[in-house]
Amino acid sequence: MKKLITLCLILAFSTTAYAQEKGSVLIQNATVITVTNGDLEETDVLIRDGIIREIGKDLNAPRGVETVDATGKFVMPGIIDAHSHLNGVDINEARNPVTAEVTMEESVDPNEVGIYHALAGGATTIHLMHGSANVIGGQGETLKLRYGVSQEEMKFENAKRTIKFALGENPTRVHGQGSGVQPRTRMGVEQVVRGHFDEALDYKRKREAYLEAKAQYDRRSRGTPPVPVAENLRYEVLNDIIEGEIFVHCHSYRADEILMLMRVFNDYGIENYTFQHANEAFKVANELAKNGAMTSVFSDWWAYKFEVYYSTAYNASILNANGVVNSINSDNDQLLRTLNHEAAKVVRYGDTSVNDAIKMITLHPAIQLGIDDRVGSIEEGKHGDVVVWDGHPLSIYSKAEMTFVDGIKYFDLANDPDDMRIQINPGSDFDDGSNFRKIVDNRDEDACIQDTFILLQDQAQTHAHN
Amino acid sequence: MKKLNIFAVIVTLLFGLNATAEAQITDKPGFGKFAITGATIHTVTNGTIESGIILIDGEEIAFVGENARITNEYTRIDASGKHVYPGFIDGWSGLGLVEISAVPVTVDNAELGQFNPHMYAFTAFNPHSASIPVTRVSGVTTVLSHPSSGSIAGKAAVMDLWGYSPDSMAVKKSGALIMNLPSSSGGGWWDDRSEEEIKKQYEQNLKEINDFLDKARFYNQMMKEYESDPSNKTKPDYDPRMEAMREVLAGDVPVVISVNDEQEILDAIDWIKDNDDMNFIFEGVREGWRVAEEIAEAGVPVLTTTLYTPSRDYDNYQRPYQNPGLMAQAGVKVAVVSDDIENSRNTPFEAGYAATYGMGVEEALKAVTIYPAEIFGVADRLGSLEAGKQANLFIADGDPFEPMTNIEQVFIKGYKIPMVSRHIQLYQEFLDRDAVNE
Repeated sequence: MKKLITLCLILAFSTTAYAQEKGSVLIQNATVITVTNGDLEETDVLIRDGIIREIGKDLNAPRGVETVDATGKFVMPGIIDAHSHLNGVDINEARNPVTAEVTMEESVDPNEVGIYHALAGGATTIHLMHGSANVIGGQGETLKLRYGVSQEEMKFENAKRTIKFALGENPTRVHGQGSGVQPRTRMGVEQVVRGHFDEALDYKRKREAYLEAKAQYDRRSRGTPPVPVAENLRYEVLNDIIEGEIFVHCHSYRADEILMLMRVFNDYGIENYTFQHANEAFKVANELAKNGAMTSVFSDWWAYKFEVYYSTAYNASILNANGVVNSINSDNDQLLRTLNHEAAKVVRYGDTSVNDAIKMITLHPAIQLGIDDRVGSIEEGKHGDVVVWDGHPLSIYSKAEMTFVDGIKYFDLANDPDDMRIQINPGSDFDDGSNFRKIVDNRDEDACIQDTFILLQDQAQTHAHN
Repeated sequence: MKKLNIFAVIVTLLFGLNATAEAQITDKPGFGKFAITGATIHTVTNGTIESGIILIDGEEIAFVGENARITNEYTRIDASGKHVYPGFIDGWSGLGLVEISAVPVTVDNAELGQFNPHMYAFTAFNPHSASIPVTRVSGVTTVLSHPSSGSIAGKAAVMDLWGYSPDSMAVKKSGALIMNLPSSSGGGWWDDRSEEEIKKQYEQNLKEINDFLDKARFYNQMMKEYESDPSNKTKPDYDPRMEAMREVLAGDVPVVISVNDEQEILDAIDWIKDNDDMNFIFEGVREGWRVAEEIAEAGVPVLTTTLYTPSRDYDNYQRPYQNPGLMAQAGVKVAVVSDDIENSRNTPFEAGYAATYGMGVEEALKAVTIYPAEIFGVADRLGSLEAGKQANLFIADGDPFEPMTNIEQVFIKGYKIPMVSRHIQLYQEFLDRDAVNE
């Protein structure tokens, strides 16, 4: 018995050792943009041990809990970006049109200073995605922007598993054009998806039959052992998709390819999925709504490639008006810093309400990542991921002043040193260019096919010259 | 009842016609005499007028002020509670030259060859680019459309965004000569050349540029001497490249040099000292804040943006946003630009960031109106709301730096522009796609 207690204690301690550090804070007298329950004037938000415990007026700070006077300021849930490559070490495993077995889990750089820059823009969670080189790419990783912790500790605990799919120009360029293997066309893309789902289902049937036969053989210890069917991680993951354990996030642009994938998913009974980018989603808003499919779009990017030429900045508003759960994403390290203003554009383009626009960078991406029970709005019981803004967050004149993740202040404008690197290369302080960053400005259409240039030599040369 | 049916038929016909018309922008602009009344007028050069009047007569602004007699021949536009601004100028764009950047056959901004002063953006500017209406309905009425390749890319043109030919849209065909100096500090993280290689290539490339310019000066001198007195002289052979350099060497057309990091800027400042027969503008200038005093002392105006990630790991996250303001405070004339093509419409938001992070609203407004007009030598016609200037202006329901503000009506060269673009047409068609007989 004593041993058991000791064991329990050890277990308890070891779990706390791995568990995230949580903070407490009382934010007072702010306009609280709850997202789900309107804007509350002159209201306090109490976060204890990482969780929003109370929202109300004149709350008392428990002993030892820091208070923040937010009179005249706004508090909003932390911004969630459903499409980012911010701190991915590698983005594309581009040597096969299907790489479902690959995951971003081990491809996270926790020391990327861009994490801090994103926090300074009011972001608290990102969906770190595989690139769009493959029809079925790798699995994503949902991260909390806890700057200064380990790779493991950045993970959003118990977030839904996700995977990247990609339709259209990118996979057909990389594989068909670059390597001479299917798909070269949108016809091919459909068959790559269907073919692999069918193979995965066959695999599952055979694998299960084998495991059953083997169990029987092991029990009886006589007869001939069954011919083994080796475990195949790629097919296992594809089956997890079919069984609804993994949310699909599909890079797509044109309306026809969006319809195609919905037909395929209906045939295989796949229900939880989000079309990423989806510049032409507005053309099939009705079909998307009917299927319960979601979208995650740019506010105004268009015309950088042919498949986004017939698109509109009114996309988000049309989708919203037709009942599609839509988010605004960045897919870009600069846009990630200013997603509040990307959301503001949705109000300009199509008169979406301010609260619905804010939903597109908070609650809706949370739904798409399967974490809306914990983040995406300011509600009692949800995580203490909140941002204090010095004005209305959709105004161009507003700045994030403080960004909290799990109640811990990771960004404070009043205490914002220039050099926020965690891991400093001793040689990098010389002004010789070696410490220059790749500058990301307002358009970087190839971010999604990073690491694929080996397959696109002609393009690599064009890039070297630009 | 029968009457009602006929009415319904007429309505359906009208809407039906309207729907087919929307496939292209077939709405005609208004032109003539307009009186905009009741608005807050942001003149840029003469302060703000509350509840003022602007009279437009043909291509020009006839009056800006508080009181004017508005005769019956004016079409009145009640803009009470609204704001009027001069049309914004995007001083660095690829608009009209590049339709879809990933489709090479639609990309006309980069000619082959190292020295192309005789290439004109004006020539390849497509007045029917789908991006042009998208840009102008957002209040950006004029752009500098620039080529980009080699050491001398060609000449950028100052273009108004309404018209059916480059000729009718050009404010200035030779807006600026576009030049690229080599970088002595290497290309950054992706540059794997050795230090010696970088130095060697830098010096060699710079020598080629200097040689070209010396040749152009010699040509210019020969031509000038011949032109001043052709008697007893043989006319020098015509050279289109050299000829195209003459207006630049005369100081009539400014030279834009793209520089970004500190060392590039300092190298360029050094280099232009030896070339003071020309007028220079710096573009990019992302690390301008590090050497703002030096830029101000050199008297070089700047075209820059705000929305990009910091250039060095150890820089504060705000530096890109603060850069225009820090340069302006040091005395540099700063124009805020988009450095974009299809999203040139976001110029106001680039300026909004500059305004918020140190530049202030008034200076940021100048940075997208009168300053670019002055920098490109078109301030006599554009950049502010003044009687006698070209009627490039817009009416907004609020502050145009705010993304939530709506731009309600745009005028370009006196034309009351149809507020239609591909983006708006697609919205109208698809918002309620399956609505029938409504």
